[in-house]
Amino acid sequence: MSRIADKFKELKKKNRIALVNYVTAGDPSPELTADLVLKLVDSGADIIELGVPFSDPMADGPAIQLASERALKKGTTLGKVLDIVKRIREKSEVPIIMFGYYNPFFKYGLERFSKDAADAGADGVLVVDLPPEEAGEFKVHLDGAGLDLIFLLAPTSTGERISLVTKNASGFVYLVSVTGITGVRPDMDFSLEDLTSEIRHSTKLPVGVGFGISSPEQVSRIAGYADAVIVGSAIVRIIEKHGENKEELFDELSGFVSGLSRACGIKGERSLSRADR
Amino acid sequence: MAARPVMPDELGHFGIFGGRYVSETLMPAILQLEKAYLEIKDDPEFTKELEYYLKEYVGRPTPLYFAERMTKDLGGAKIYLKREDLAHTGAHKINNTIGQALLASRMGKKRVIAETGAGQHGVATATVAALLDMECEIFMGLEDTRRQALNVTRMKLLGATVREVTQGTQTLKDAMNEAMRDWITNVRNTFYIIGSVAGPHPYPMMVRDFQSVIGREAREQILEKEKRLPDLLIACVGGGSNAMGLFYPFLGDETVKMTGVEAAGSGIESGHHAATLSSGTVGVLHGSKTYLLQDENGQVLGTHSIAPGLDYPGVGPEHSYLSDMGRVSYKNVTDSEALEGFKYLSQVEGIIPALESAHAVAYTRKAAPGMPRDSVIIICLSGRGDKDINAVSDILVKGLKQ
Repeated sequence: MSRIADKFKELKKKNRIALVNYVTAGDPSPELTADLVLKLVDSGADIIELGVPFSDPMADGPAIQLASERALKKGTTLGKVLDIVKRIREKSEVPIIMFGYYNPFFKYGLERFSKDAADAGADGVLVVDLPPEEAGEFKVHLDGAGLDLIFLLAPTSTGERISLVTKNASGFVYLVSVTGITGVRPDMDFSLEDLTSEIRHSTKLPVGVGFGISSPEQVSRIAGYADAVIVGSAIVRIIEKHGENKEELFDELSGFVSGLSRACGIKGERSLSRADR
Repeated sequence: MAARPVMPDELGHFGIFGGRYVSETLMPAILQLEKAYLEIKDDPEFTKELEYYLKEYVGRPTPLYFAERMTKDLGGAKIYLKREDLAHTGAHKINNTIGQALLASRMGKKRVIAETGAGQHGVATATVAALLDMECEIFMGLEDTRRQALNVTRMKLLGATVREVTQGTQTLKDAMNEAMRDWITNVRNTFYIIGSVAGPHPYPMMVRDFQSVIGREAREQILEKEKRLPDLLIACVGGGSNAMGLFYPFLGDETVKMTGVEAAGSGIESGHHAATLSSGTVGVLHGSKTYLLQDENGQVLGTHSIAPGLDYPGVGPEHSYLSDMGRVSYKNVTDSEALEGFKYLSQVEGIIPALESAHAVAYTRKAAPGMPRDSVIIICLSGRGDKDINAVSDILVKGLKQ
């Protein structure tokens, strides 16, 4: 069983949802990313999404666009991101998902990447601009290397899309909370119960909700119906604020992530019904 | 006429190129668009409506003009200009925007967005939005708003909002990124009018079909004037919509050779250029697999061309396919050659071409003299040069950027 599946199983016993934290690899610097990720894990992150920087991040808001630019300026390549994965894996069993746009993976070579990513200790890949229709070749190689290919669903997804995506997905299903790009949305109410239960009709995979989430209150709300919550831009903005000022950066990240982690517990009726599932 | 392969396939692939590389949020909209387009494509009522606007509003058919002085001066092939510069708004772009806007209107969309480089597609979109009473927002790189200030004013006059894009290289590629981001956010009420034969399926096919009016007319006109098919078609290629529009109806005519002319900027070896098919490698950008100017790590490179409409690191996927097939040959000319072509056509024919189209003129000056006098070339004169006057007079004073 993969580290991702193990993690969801373990959290289910604890009656918690998974806290997934995103950082752009190489921001503030390729040297600091591994330590930064380990700090997030110490503070309560259950799964890590490691962003592979790309010159044209079309589905991202300003926070992650700028993080991508900073990482590229520091010379972060896909090869270096794999080195970062290796360094994290030496010290932690945290599940790692590599998150990015298709072109850098394609250029690296899909078969070569799948093998190198598995060797480095990655667990899954999420490619924002790779719908199931175009994912066939990559999926064959990732399957061969034992890596999950995680797909997105969105509020715009039709029943047809939900069944196509869930048929191809592994690891978990990433439900994009808003019709829009990444970025913090303090006023979002995250009423995605209906869509989540529609997805659950098509798959037994865990469902994670991401985009826009930045507060423990929002996390707690999502813990009422989903299996994971993904927080990205809010973390990236803290990195942007402190840059390579390691001590202050790690302090603020640690406080922020432990706050989110405390909100990941499942309460009330859902926790009872969940225990029977 | 030989049978030509039906392209793209049902998933939008031209051989290994094309496809739909977009985020899941957009997939339903793209599938819906494809369905809507296939429905109206052969619908006589839609065709009638489109033809009405192309004739009465755009002013089609545009002339196929025999460039007699240019022909004599170059001393080789007979040269004809397909005068897309005479279409309403001054470029071929409106052939496509009128088609897409009519489709948007049928789909009940009240808001249209577009990316623009030279501003011609932005103006053409703002124009049809005014015509059909739609809200319109145009994304344009800050660098381009400076060098094409006239078109920014035109778009605003037409009632559009112009959003200056300050991300990345501040040119066409970044304008397209920003337009995509807007589309992801407002996909429920917004129709994205892509201006080139680029982007995810069905855009490359749909834009090609709307632009094919150029080649259909040119084919009929040359058969009438010369009683024969041309030997060579020449058109500039950024994303490649005017070229695709001219070439497509001739693809089955095996004797007709075709050349797409890309922007070599300061020279291919300088690294400052936009000649994708001459020096790019296969990659994925803006929703389709195609040749791309990228580094060895798959990061898209900044480009340079004197012509903002050619200043783009990708190219339409069907061009990539035609290039690999060897059906179309792709050449390139530098900024300074294009500038000479700009002045040349102005002085020899009294026609000021757009800097983009001046690339096709510049290549013709190299190709025509070596061809027999009874051979025939058609150049797609894709736009007129009014928008470039200020930039060109600046360059004439200060010299070219190296």
